[in-house]
Amino acid sequence: MTQIELRGVQKFFGAVQVIKDLNLKIEDNEFIVLLGQSGCGKTTTLRAVAGLETIDEGDILIDGKPVQHLKAADRDIAMVFQSFSLYPHMSVYENIAFPLRATRKSRGEIDSEVRSVAKTLQITDLLAKKPSALSGGDMQRVAIGRALVRRPKAMLMDEPIGALDAKLREEMRAEIKRLHIKQGSTTIYVTHDQIEAMSLADRIVIMHEGVLQQVGSPDEVYSRPANLFVAQFVGSPVMNVADAAVAEKAGSASVTVGGAGAGFDFPKTLLAKLNGHAGGGLTLGIRPEGVLIRHEATEGFLPVETQIVEPLGSFDIVDLKVGSKMLRARTKSGFVGGPGERVFARIDPAQAHFFDTASGRSLGVSL
Amino acid sequence: MAAVRTSSEVAANRLAIVAVLVVTIIFLAPIYWIASTAFKPRNLATTIPPTVVFQPEISPFVKLFTKRSQLRTPPTPEEYAAAPWWERVVFDGGEKIVRDGQGQVQWSGYPSRFLNSLIVAITSTILAVGMGTFTAYGFSRFKVKGEADLLFFILSTRMLPPVVVAIPMFLMYRAVGLNDSHLGLIILYTAFNLSFSVWLMKGFMDEIPKEYEEAALVDGYTRMEAFFKIVLPEAATGIAATAVFCFITAWNEYAFALIMTNRRAQTAPPFIPSQVGSGLPDWTVIAAGTFLFLLPVAIFTFLLRNHLLRGMSFGAIRK
Repeated sequence: MTQIELRGVQKFFGAVQVIKDLNLKIEDNEFIVLLGQSGCGKTTTLRAVAGLETIDEGDILIDGKPVQHLKAADRDIAMVFQSFSLYPHMSVYENIAFPLRATRKSRGEIDSEVRSVAKTLQITDLLAKKPSALSGGDMQRVAIGRALVRRPKAMLMDEPIGALDAKLREEMRAEIKRLHIKQGSTTIYVTHDQIEAMSLADRIVIMHEGVLQQVGSPDEVYSRPANLFVAQFVGSPVMNVADAAVAEKAGSASVTVGGAGAGFDFPKTLLAKLNGHAGGGLTLGIRPEGVLIRHEATEGFLPVETQIVEPLGSFDIVDLKVGSKMLRARTKSGFVGGPGERVFARIDPAQAHFFDTASGRSLGVSL
Repeated sequence: MAAVRTSSEVAANRLAIVAVLVVTIIFLAPIYWIASTAFKPRNLATTIPPTVVFQPEISPFVKLFTKRSQLRTPPTPEEYAAAPWWERVVFDGGEKIVRDGQGQVQWSGYPSRFLNSLIVAITSTILAVGMGTFTAYGFSRFKVKGEADLLFFILSTRMLPPVVVAIPMFLMYRAVGLNDSHLGLIILYTAFNLSFSVWLMKGFMDEIPKEYEEAALVDGYTRMEAFFKIVLPEAATGIAATAVFCFITAWNEYAFALIMTNRRAQTAPPFIPSQVGSGLPDWTVIAAGTFLFLLPVAIFTFLLRNHLLRGMSFGAIRK
């Protein structure tokens, strides 16, 4: 049973504040992913929990006990580094045994625990090798083994698969998830890769410039982004964002984008839900799969021209010119022949997001 | 498929081999000269043209280690027969080994000078490398106020040539009773090598990723334990290289040793040339002394060769 809580954590590097009033509670056995661009404070947060970085204000609690004044060695936490940090002069066996030697366990106990972890990670045949003789994936397994062997209160992972190539990254991602389900330990995982975050996390914590933007399940942050940053950071291809104007038109609402002559049809209830934002200061967000396209003129669909078609194998991304803006739509592959084609588009109201342009905050409109 | 070499590449390769051979011969010639003279009979040491083929002798080494005097009369056949082999080679050269009242062989000044050199060079190397490693670690890993100034200050201690500071140092040493003492030379050489050791080790320390220690800290070790268990083995290459340089500097140092010592703590460098001036020089004995003096550095460097060839610690961090 391990809970980790951050209360009002602040961290400065000189005059630069890298963590701003961070509050976060991580439940027992939860897999939390800290997601953000580089320099957003996610790694600093992780290092602060590990005890490798001091904090300037606030509390870090592990199982309710403040640990911010404890040394890393006394926090009973394990960490996997992006660089793996396997000790080059020690064999794989010695690397995995190293944390156990600090606990003054007997030789026999250490041996059986090392071998049991090696078996779980399927690296038994590598035990005698030096780290320099290992492949990237094997180094990663050894690093995880070294973290697991002590049965720590929590596992911290700092972009552990960031240094691997794409194929191996995918394999290791699945392996980490499998291992978490099997071993079950409170885990904080740092990454800038939103696919990694979405596939691994129980909850994703999105950070930007030291400020926590949103905490939620992968589905929550994808379907109900709290602000424009989250909306554009999570999801690939990126969500379309455009200044929008809303007007009432013949019993429904019309949303105009990029100063186009005609607007997209939305249910009339939208007007009431916008809380006075209809007049201006409104930003529409729509994921490419929420932009629907047809070849033939259909009621509620606006005529638009295709600009660029990006074939991505299982689907295409088509750029559509709407007024002065470009909306990207996701279509079946080969649906649009090429640029300059005239098609008809509409925005699926159920997938549309509305944000306050000034603050970037979501207006929480659901239709 | 193996690449096919063009004839010009083959020619260039052969030319390079010849050039390397020539350079090697030029570099090794003085060493061969010293080594061969150390095993020559005395009368062949200064022949013109030089004698290249000769029957090697051990007598220069026997003479090097013992006190001798000229024989006024040749030894009687009984004396000759009773003498051990190493005394007979001295008799053959027209000299005899000096013995005290109890018949004990009197040693020359060389063995004690050689021993002094070993004591002073080894101890000062251990101290300079040890302190240098700790200091370099501190500078490499922690924020030190005025780090650049301090490092420059450390380096600046090396800027004055030994002969410039030797006289004031001599006066100070005499005042505190450190002149002609092992301790005095050890302190001097340690101080002299420390700046070099700090700078060299800092370069090596900076190259050791700090994630290694951080991993050890998270694994449950204190910083000191992480230093000894992780940093030190990783720095072995740097420590070996620094130790070789410090040892060579201390081993070869001449100016301080000449001024600060005269008997008790005198090292080999000021002693060997002093023998040239005493009487008619026996070049074979001087060559034997010089040849032996070359060996420790050669052996030390040979033993540490694997560490000197860098690369052991790389490959376990993915960058």
